[in-house]
Amino acid sequence: MNSRERILGRVRRALADVTPETRPYEEAVPRDYLRAHGERTAGETVDLLAENLADYRAIVHRAGAGELPALVMRLLAEHGSREVLVPPGLPPGWLAEDGPVRIHDRAALTAARLDRVDSVVTGCAVAIAETGTLVLDGSPDQGRRRISLIPDHHICVVRVPDQVVSSVPQALERLDAARPLTWISGPSATSDIELDRVEGVHGPRTLEVILLG
Amino acid sequence: MSGTFVGMPAFPQAAGKAVRNPTLRGNLRHATHTIRAKRERAVGELSDWAGLREAGRRIKDHTLRHLDRYLEQLEESVTAAGGTVHWAADAEEANRIVTGLVRATGESEVVKVKSMATQEIELNEALAAAGIRAYETDLAELIVQLGKDRPSHILVPAIHRNRGEIRDIFAREMGEWGRPAPEGLTDTPADLAEAARLHLREKFLRAKVGISGANFMVAETGTLVVVESEGNGRMCLTLPETLISVVGIEKVVPTWRDLEVFLQTLPRSSTAERMNPYTSMWTGTTDEDGPRAFHLVLLDNGRTDTLADTVGRQALRCIRCSACLNVCPVYERAGGHAYGSVYPGPIGAILSPQLRGTTSEIDASLPYASSLCGACYEVCPVAIDIPEVLVHLRERVVEGGPAVRRGNKVLLKPAKGHAAERAAMRAARWAFARPGALRVGQRLASRTRRLHPRTLPGPGRAWSGARDLPAVPPEPFRDWWQRTRGGKDGDR
Ligand code: SF4
Repeated sequence: MNSRERILGRVRRALADVTPETRPYEEAVPRDYLRAHGERTAGETVDLLAENLADYRAIVHRAGAGELPALVMRLLAEHGSREVLVPPGLPPGWLAEDGPVRIHDRAALTAARLDRVDSVVTGCAVAIAETGTLVLDGSPDQGRRRISLIPDHHICVVRVPDQVVSSVPQALERLDAARPLTWISGPSATSDIELDRVEGVHGPRTLEVILLG
Repeated sequence: MSGTFVGMPAFPQAAGKAVRNPTLRGNLRHATHTIRAKRERAVGELSDWAGLREAGRRIKDHTLRHLDRYLEQLEESVTAAGGTVHWAADAEEANRIVTGLVRATGESEVVKVKSMATQEIELNEALAAAGIRAYETDLAELIVQLGKDRPSHILVPAIHRNRGEIRDIFAREMGEWGRPAPEGLTDTPADLAEAARLHLREKFLRAKVGISGANFMVAETGTLVVVESEGNGRMCLTLPETLISVVGIEKVVPTWRDLEVFLQTLPRSSTAERMNPYTSMWTGTTDEDGPRAFHLVLLDNGRTDTLADTVGRQALRCIRCSACLNVCPVYERAGGHAYGSVYPGPIGAILSPQLRGTTSEIDASLPYASSLCGACYEVCPVAIDIPEVLVHLRERVVEGGPAVRRGNKVLLKPAKGHAAERAAMRAARWAFARPGALRVGQRLASRTRRLHPRTLPGPGRAWSGARDLPAVPPEPFRDWWQRTRGGKDGDR
């Protein structure tokens, strides 16, 4: 008998006392909780997102479409970035023509090469107001998971209000489980040393969020 | 602690030792109280907390009741998404599988993200025996690994170390393992974090094999979820070419939607945050993004035995948030090492004896490491009635009875004259002499009473008139642990 059969057999014997559930799953598990907490207009939801992002020490900016390239350039300049990593489908008009050298993420680039790039600019799939969370799903404007991980400075553009939901349940409804997902709530942090929250152990130590709308 | 000491140390002696370790006690007190207060705020923000908790309990119970079905579904989904599923009946088999997978890559180094399952099976030791170095990459695990130490808290494993000690460990040990600590390293947390960043980045960038656990596995989609803070999890899950995840079979949930419950309750219960900094979800492999090979090792190692216990099986609902540790008066005094297991605190007291069986002295004594005050149950996001299981396990230690071990039905003998019995008697004496230690237990006495079957089993009968007393003082387990396991681990 192989271990698969052994384990499944043990499970079945262990459950000998249990009467099997006959109702469909969604009936068997009542969900007596809210889809979202509180009533808000779209604008208020965006405000809550901004507030919660800032509470976990992301730096929040707002821009209209026309102001975006100038703002991104300014943030890159302030960070002293000489190179900026971009995903394959960065929308045209997010970056100005001049400015830091664009590094296009190709499979051939090694992680060590990416480690020398100062900043990365990506979009996101959805943002959650109640928790101050950005979710990236690897779409063309976000790129492979590694590009938002290795550089020390991440600029993430959120299209508001369309990409913003109130709550975790609403976010999961919009997301596709088949894609690799990264949920980001503030810059990398640890509380492992005497419980002081310290920014930035391994992920980007500076997270800037641009609410574009 | 003298190596020749036989039997449990008497409590006055043990309490004296605790007083002489002010670092441990001070750190623990500060830590548990800080997290406790923050958690209450984070939970208070959600008006539907009770509903989320109940849904979490029901989802987990339902899954456990049909665990065979959901495991088969999970296997199918993961395989369809490009992963390979392995089944490990015990620690030895899991270690053999993982060692074989690493060897097949030709690598002799792996990077690891904190995983309780791999600690439980002592994977690092098994890999080392096969000539493979496993680098722990959580800051706290790094501190523990460099300090040749053991974790003492699920969430903050280095909670027993203060910043001065951490600086000394980094300065002394980092060079042995790779990039040395920067010259003139100070003991500010930011500096220490920077030293860890530099030391580990070198390893992440060249790593070819990553090893992880997972917080959740979704049967419907085959998705695995890792919840973390530092970003080392993302590094281990995305940069290597091969990813191996070792996950207990109880971590499966039926549907994608179920995550909406746990992604709300877990961060708030554990780090007291609305959301932890990073959560990674992956389903099999993805072309040109992340590892090219993904192996899932499903681990039993006593879980099916636990499932066979109709009272004890609820322990398998645990999502390892550590909220129960932070409210536990016994844990606060004893520290995590006292529990002699990777699962410390109240959850450890009910999980370890079930996973490993209650035949060893430490396991037989663990159900006594509690005052039954019930605070752990109140905070548990999946409503595990820890005191109920403790009382049940105490009964089984003292009275014996049927149980399942490695899939076989056995009849446990009553532990007459067992060390655990003596421990409880000494606990009673110790507690009577220390009114301060009693208060916590007495506070929730009414609740405790509801949970007690008949009389307290075994030695409890001698003092059942005052059965709301803390059953055991914290410290002896620590000393006991050092005596019984210290020989094995002391000089690692
Ligand atoms: S028993 Fe409950 S409170 Fe304790 S770690 Fe597990 S889920 Fe958290």
